[in-house]
Amino acid sequence: MQIGKAVVKKNHLIKVLVSLLTFVGAPTSTLAGSEDLVVEGAWARASIGTSRPGAAYMSIRNTGDTPVTIVGLATPIAQMSEIHETRTNAEGVSSMSSAGEITIEPGQNVALEPGGLHAMLMRLQSPMQEGESFPLTLKFDNGSTVEIVVPILGIAARGPSE
Amino acid sequence: MRRRTILGYAVAGAGALASVLLFGWWQVDGPGAPESTGLLPLDLSVMDFSLTDHEGNEVGPESLIGRPSMVFFGFTYCPDVCPTTLSDISGWLDELGDDATEMNVVFITVDPARDTVETMEEYVSYFHSAIRGWTGAQDQIAQAVRGFRASYERVPTESGDYTMNHTASVFLFDRSGRFVSMIDYHEPREFAVPKIRRALEEES
Repeated sequence: MQIGKAVVKKNHLIKVLVSLLTFVGAPTSTLAGSEDLVVEGAWARASIGTSRPGAAYMSIRNTGDTPVTIVGLATPIAQMSEIHETRTNAEGVSSMSSAGEITIEPGQNVALEPGGLHAMLMRLQSPMQEGESFPLTLKFDNGSTVEIVVPILGIAARGPSE
Repeated sequence: MRRRTILGYAVAGAGALASVLLFGWWQVDGPGAPESTGLLPLDLSVMDFSLTDHEGNEVGPESLIGRPSMVFFGFTYCPDVCPTTLSDISGWLDELGDDATEMNVVFITVDPARDTVETMEEYVSYFHSAIRGWTGAQDQIAQAVRGFRASYERVPTESGDYTMNHTASVFLFDRSGRFVSMIDYHEPREFAVPKIRRALEEES
């Protein structure tokens, strides 16, 4: 009886240990992941109403030692948000399309800036007004997320420094 | 009888092939070809289109002759390139200061379905006060774009809306309406401003 109990306990302990290991395994990298991602210089342009898409810019640096891929964006102010890329061809024609998943190598930096990559905020839930700010969550392939607050500058703004 | 049927099919087949070829020619080399890129814009004096500015005035290429002009295409639903171009231009105009006041600066929309006169009026109000916004009928916009040897295309987006691909260069003309040069999208200010000065100084 007692032996049996001990066995059960032991089994139980192993189960707990195993589940602890699996559980701890994931969140550990999550924590390390988000600590390794530095988002700086975020800003967005004010929108005219809610019918037009908005754009936000920032720089994302991977200070860790493994590549990290941005897999998604989320913000309460837009129903849909994703990273888009503006390309201008040899004839000077600009087009815009989803940039897909962006991988940041260790020690590298990805700049979302006017005329290149930008966080495209579609189906705005509320107008983006100059002087206000909104939260934006970046999701990464290692399961980590980084939440930032994006200040809204004027429509004619060229960046946070100007 | 049977031979005739076969002959009939052959004729129909040849006819179909010919129309496919004709259609192909029409699209690639013929009048249906996408407007010639790589060619220089026409001079304003030989362009022909009629639009409405953001204050409701009738305007066309002739409205620009007499002063140096800076013209570019875009649309107000554009989240990145267009506000960037308009704010770049606002910056160039600030740098030019008083010299800029004698210049026509025109933003022509390639999306007149959404960019009404009122929309253009609101949009340009956020940028340098010299910038005028022109819109109008689809065919007149198309004619303007052809004159500038520019191009645009409506592209559906995943969200069910659409976006516009368009030439993002800024076109410069002297006061007689002669094409002077082009500022490419994202050209740094230290190159852009001297080009504008050249258009301002050009006498012809």
